[in-house]
Amino acid sequence: MTGAFLSGESMPARILRGLLASPKASVAAFICLALVIAAILAPLIAPQNPYDLAQIDFFDGRLPPGSEGMSGMTFWLGTDTQGRDMFSAMLYGLRTSLAVGLTSGLLALLVGTTLGLIAAYAGGRVDAFIRRVVDLMLGFPTILVALMILVVFGQGTWKVILALIFVQWAYFARAVRAAALVETGKDYVEAARCLGLSPARILAAHILPNCLPPLIVIGTIQVANAIAAEATLSFLGIGLPITEPSLGLLIANGYQVLLAGLYWMSVYPGLLLLVIVFSVNIVGDRLRVVLNPRIET
Amino acid sequence: MTVFIFRRLIQAVIVLLATSVIVFLGVFAIGDPLEILLPGDATAAERAQVAASLNLDAPLPMQYLTFLGSALTGDFGNSFVFNRPALSVIFERLPATLELTTTALVLSLVIGLPLGLWAGTKPQTLVDESVMTGSILGFSLPNFWQGMMLVMIFSVWLGWLPSTGRGETGTILGIRTSFATWDGFTHLILPATNLALAQIALVIRMTRTGVQETMPLDFVKFARARGLSEGRILFVHVFKTILIPIVTVIGVEFGSLIAFAVVTETIFAWPGVGKLIIDSINALDRPVVVAYILVIVAMFIAINFLVDLLYSLLDPRIRGRA
Repeated sequence: MTGAFLSGESMPARILRGLLASPKASVAAFICLALVIAAILAPLIAPQNPYDLAQIDFFDGRLPPGSEGMSGMTFWLGTDTQGRDMFSAMLYGLRTSLAVGLTSGLLALLVGTTLGLIAAYAGGRVDAFIRRVVDLMLGFPTILVALMILVVFGQGTWKVILALIFVQWAYFARAVRAAALVETGKDYVEAARCLGLSPARILAAHILPNCLPPLIVIGTIQVANAIAAEATLSFLGIGLPITEPSLGLLIANGYQVLLAGLYWMSVYPGLLLLVIVFSVNIVGDRLRVVLNPRIET
Repeated sequence: MTVFIFRRLIQAVIVLLATSVIVFLGVFAIGDPLEILLPGDATAAERAQVAASLNLDAPLPMQYLTFLGSALTGDFGNSFVFNRPALSVIFERLPATLELTTTALVLSLVIGLPLGLWAGTKPQTLVDESVMTGSILGFSLPNFWQGMMLVMIFSVWLGWLPSTGRGETGTILGIRTSFATWDGFTHLILPATNLALAQIALVIRMTRTGVQETMPLDFVKFARARGLSEGRILFVHVFKTILIPIVTVIGVEFGSLIAFAVVTETIFAWPGVGKLIIDSINALDRPVVVAYILVIVAMFIAINFLVDLLYSLLDPRIRGRA
């Protein structure tokens, strides 16, 4: 049993207290929260809908930050080549980036946890096989595997998410297997077995809760990695389709005019991407200290 | 040891076969090569004739075996774009990529190791805290955006360094390299920095953690008791111990450098395999894409194998477990 249960403090309370104890992590967690809310409310708070052709004016194109458009609207972060308000485009891009990152992170967690638990509980050949596949997966860099999958199976939003799940599940599986292996040897699992509980129930209700600390830490870091990976793939032109522009695609579009000195189209979306990934990583780093799971970096 | 090597070789063959099946199914069977090769108004007879000449009318498993047979002899077909064997197009570009990745690797070690040692000897201080937060920032920086910012600052604004291409190469000891000319060297600086930055952050973290875990150990106390200087303890005794995890990191790092070279080469128009694969994907140049995937997978299997081998040579405790 972990210390959290002995001290009578619940997991969320422990995480919250741990985060608040560090000013740096508190600020990072606050930024994460604010960005998620901004992404959810994007259609309400964005000055314009950047993908509604009726709301954008081609003559507003390439305006530097702070300019006033034809309709009298001020573009605080400038406009892109099509005349879209950069601030609005970034809010919508944030929405896509976060949605893809969170979805793939959570699904990878689900797949990885299931396989990790099965490996630890079943042991023997099943364990050896899963372990070998995990080792193999971890030997290849994320970006390269995702790139190969997208090349072979074609592009699209769900294919990007699938590729991200495929490259991330192994991290969860390894951590859960290691944690569950320690737990399966303990008396309470033996007791549950003697009670005649089914393996599925023992795994889900008894072993899994004790594997949560490493899962939370890796889950946080993997969401950051997924957001960065999706942006990179979209930048390379093999990620999300143009109909769903994420931050990576906005930066890629901005890159085409960067050498002409039109910096704002790539600098601002890039800064936003950096702030998200950095904040999530800072929170993850703090959680590692607070929850103190023994995991490899 | 022999068993270990033998097992890994079998595993390597299985992985390569599995990759070739997936790539074959994805690239050859799902798409229709005839769509690209034939004009839109081709008759059914013409289609059948071309299909027969390309062996496309054979059953799928037979087609795969033909593909595998020629792949084993290094024949992946001619590149549609360059009209030369795909494999030779790749091997021609490989030196440029290797030059870029090796330079970045050396940079990351030369900068990362001292900073990691420095932070490691000062746990819980402002130095440690800033170096660690800085390294989180380092690997949070989206690689491609960071490269664009380097271009913007050093090429567009300051005009100090060229932003694209490899520049003039010369020959040193029979190897064509950018280091031979000043022009080549200036072309290498920005891409190498772009590629190295995230890896510097990784090396710092690993070294710092290694030092902090090693410093409280008994042998360090004994070395102090013998009156050795702090510098000698750190650079000789502690460093030797943490070298083992660092060797693994270098292997893993080299892998991710090759992966991220795709991004760096795309931004800086560096004429290596990374830019080649992106160009080939956009040009639907299948033979090159297929050859690239199989070459890279083989390369990674080799790197991972070498790292494991080196690891067990450096640390006798691991040999028993393998």
